[in-house]
Amino acid sequence: MTLWWIGDVVLLVVVLPVVVYLLRAVLDAATSIVPSVQEIARVAAAASKDLDAAALLLTTQDQVTQTVAGVANYGGSLDVILDDAE
Amino acid sequence: MAPVLAFMAVGALTALAVVLIVVALVVYLVAVIVQLRKITGGLDEVIGHVGEIVQKSAPVNDVVTTINEQLDAGVDLLEGLLVKKAGMTDAVGLVEGLYAGAGAAGFRKFPESTEVKAPRIGEVYTQGTLTLARLGREAPIALGNPAGFPLRNVEGGSLAARLLYPEARQSKPASMPRSPVIGTDAPVQYEQRDDIGKPRKRLPARR
Repeated sequence: MTLWWIGDVVLLVVVLPVVVYLLRAVLDAATSIVPSVQEIARVAAAASKDLDAAALLLTTQDQVTQTVAGVANYGGSLDVILDDAE
Repeated sequence: MAPVLAFMAVGALTALAVVLIVVALVVYLVAVIVQLRKITGGLDEVIGHVGEIVQKSAPVNDVVTTINEQLDAGVDLLEGLLVKKAGMTDAVGLVEGLYAGAGAAGFRKFPESTEVKAPRIGEVYTQGTLTLARLGREAPIALGNPAGFPLRNVEGGSLAARLLYPEARQSKPASMPRSPVIGTDAPVQYEQRDDIGKPRKRLPARR
């Protein structure tokens, strides 16, 4: 009987606070993750939006190709009309 | 009777302790589940955006690589043309004159250009420069020449252009032979043919 009483007291005074403490810690950790995840989602959305202009790189590529081709033609013309140094 | 009450009391206390522990577990675990559901929703949103990022950035590597290759080819072409036309020394001098300090970096395609001492831009007058001047182009060289811009003088620039014409016009004569005036009112009428307006001459018939 005495041991049972002691067990009840231990259950109420030690086990219950420890369980509450541990569960509270888990809840705090889970709660702290939510803002970080929301911030990551916001940043990912902004990064995705920033990459909307990536498709224009194809246009840039075409323009660079045309520009270099023009430079090559111009260089070829200069090569014809100008004398070499040696 | 007392032992029975004692047993009931200790049993009730045990049950109360167990109920309290179970209630604590339920309350906190439900709260944790709610938070984990929020985290799952947020991660789903993140995964969606990351997928968009991966999809949008997929061709970037190839496109940028192609652009770099094209630009490298253009730089190699221009460097090669400059070195071919101006010579290595003058080419380094031209680059140094346009962009101070750039001559020390040399040309990418010509590693030996870093060892060339850039001449003063005022001393760099290549055939190509003169050819450009003859073509009427304003070669943007010699910006650093302390004596001023050697190729294009804004105030007296017409002299350089006039030198392109024959010698007779460069001496600025008081009067030069005028161009002939033609037409019926011309002061000089050329001799007219006599047969104009007369019957056509008949040639003897051939046999």
